[in-house]
Amino acid sequence: MPSTYQLSHLDALEAESIYIMREVAAEFERPVLLFSGGKDSVVVLHLALKAFYPCKLPFPVMHVDTGHNFAEVIEFRDRTVEAIGARLVVASVQDSIDAGRVVEQTGARASRNLLQTTTLLDAMEEHGFDAAFGGARRDEEKARAKERVYSFRDEFGQWDPKAQRPELWSLYNGRHRRGEHIRVFPISNWTELDIWQYVKSERIDLPSIYFAHERRVFERDGMLLADTEFVTQLDGEEIFTERVRFRTVGDASCTGAVESDADTLDKVIEEVAATRITERGATRADDRVSEAAMEDRKKEGYF
Amino acid sequence: MELLRFATAGSVDDGKSTLIGRLLYDTKTIFEDQLEAVERTSEAMGAGYVNLALLTDGLRAEREQGITIDVAYRYFATPKRKFIIADTPGHIQYTRNMITGASTADLALVLIDARKGVLEQSRRHAFLASLLGIPHLVLCVNKMDLVDYSQERFEELKDEFRHFAARLDIADLTFIPVSALRGDNVVDRSANMGWYEGSSLLHHLEEVHIASDRNLIDARLPVQYVLRPQSDEHHDYRGYAGRIVGGVLKPGDDIVVLPSGFESTIAAIDTYDGPVAEAFAPMSVAVRLTDDIDVSRGDMICRRQNRPTAGQDIDAMVCWMTESGSLRQGQKLALKHTTRSVRAVVKDIKYRLDVNTLHRDETVDSLILNEIGRVALRTTQPLFFDRYSRNRETGSFILIDEVTGATVAAGMIQDRVH
Repeated sequence: MPSTYQLSHLDALEAESIYIMREVAAEFERPVLLFSGGKDSVVVLHLALKAFYPCKLPFPVMHVDTGHNFAEVIEFRDRTVEAIGARLVVASVQDSIDAGRVVEQTGARASRNLLQTTTLLDAMEEHGFDAAFGGARRDEEKARAKERVYSFRDEFGQWDPKAQRPELWSLYNGRHRRGEHIRVFPISNWTELDIWQYVKSERIDLPSIYFAHERRVFERDGMLLADTEFVTQLDGEEIFTERVRFRTVGDASCTGAVESDADTLDKVIEEVAATRITERGATRADDRVSEAAMEDRKKEGYF
Repeated sequence: MELLRFATAGSVDDGKSTLIGRLLYDTKTIFEDQLEAVERTSEAMGAGYVNLALLTDGLRAEREQGITIDVAYRYFATPKRKFIIADTPGHIQYTRNMITGASTADLALVLIDARKGVLEQSRRHAFLASLLGIPHLVLCVNKMDLVDYSQERFEELKDEFRHFAARLDIADLTFIPVSALRGDNVVDRSANMGWYEGSSLLHHLEEVHIASDRNLIDARLPVQYVLRPQSDEHHDYRGYAGRIVGGVLKPGDDIVVLPSGFESTIAAIDTYDGPVAEAFAPMSVAVRLTDDIDVSRGDMICRRQNRPTAGQDIDAMVCWMTESGSLRQGQKLALKHTTRSVRAVVKDIKYRLDVNTLHRDETVDSLILNEIGRVALRTTQPLFFDRYSRNRETGSFILIDEVTGATVAAGMIQDRVH
């Protein structure tokens, strides 16, 4: 232990996140942890294990499954949840489509990304969840930079950026009425680099697609999309093999890969530290729609 | 690497956004796609220049109106420190946002325009920084290039500000002459101001000593959550989880639990990574005691010889933070303090403080949005508190409207009402 009573920035961030998760577990009836297998949700899950040790997780884990996943990620999800003995709830976009709750987009650019919102909200209601932990970070995107740690959602799951509760000191206000809920972002203050440094120092396992590998891809809108059964190439989009890795993990139809040789944690950290493009800018078609794409989706109830 | 949180307040006119933009740009924190997006939007708005304020003004309404409405958090790091900026709007109508951003800050950055001098707005920002107990205040005298890098002008503004700051409670006050636009004294020392012998802003942010700002004397552990695994492996385990908000706790320490007054000794301090020899703020830990006593959320663990004040009469500086309604005598509200939630009634509004002149108006009977006043409250259950000036965590609370659930006020505890 240091005699100077100083914490490193990662220790300070970890302590803050653990504090937030314990507050939620103490003050809400039915929290749930949203888990996609992406690195941010993997870190949130790891923090939850640390927050409640030696108890088991006092809440279940939920995956909003678009059905358009990378196989490696689903395999990772199941392995991880089993290893910690957590209860996994899978909310399926396919089920929402089959039940007529949402209509699948058509065409080569179709994506199930937006449909997730309905599936998520339906599942929250079905299970009576009143708080949902998410892995969003404020450095990701400018609308998120303004979102509270406790993000209040009305009975339609909507975020109203102008009516946010002031959030002072470490006094979080979780008051809500029946039907309303709170999205909680325990890693709001972490950056992409913090996440990777933490993954390394805590030896956290991640899906293999985060590390450089050979993959069949094609180029669209300046991004490399994986050749999967979920996307159809447009005229002129040629498939080729490239050494790539993913910086974010989302729906396979809208998550791009980046060219990379970083096949180890150290190389990834080096790459992230040197990169000049944000992870969402590099790899997320969903944010490219407009300047306020994220804000608009959040207002409708998105993560 | 240490974490430093700082708050900035100001408007585009002060050059605040330019200064933040420069810190981010020169530490390679602005990404190419963000810069391109800002350039595109600047052009679409017909700005004629790259408006770095667009980097932080993330909401549609902010971009449309060209103003900062809410607190924006920005992140950057140098090899020495990681920084979290709470960037807040400076106009008086956003006092609540400034207070929110300032509540967790180690340092406040206040900008003044070298040509305009110490305006009402700068004084207000300094006052709020002092009210919120921010230990370090940096006054950046900006636009030095427009006053010919004049040492005389800088000294004049320093004197004027010092004169005002003498009425405030600021532990550490630093003055830096800068030109955010030209980069003078922002990251590197400026060749244009050879007479200035201090650090550049970034160097100061990297070096300012913050480790001793925390209270390491009064041990305080508000209990958040009781860990009881009831598994075969940890059959009798009972850990009191929480974050240390003051002092240092060690195994073997004699403690008392409030409000019960039960005494015990710390058996161990646990974390997922194993037991630790000592715990200090802001560590999140779980404490085990040698005795099986009743402890639950909202209780306070502290040393027997050093206890917080326990009481139901609270005297505090309160800022009303919502458009709807006002703070009035006789009003009942929910109150959250540390991990404790109680109800409170407003007994008296002693005065309202004018945040620009520091004048006390004792004739008021209510506080509306953005107004700050000295208020006496009575709570249904005792709180275990310290003066805000002694401990920002055990000295602060929020008030919540019991009907809407909204956070309507923030409070900083002064002395106990006698």
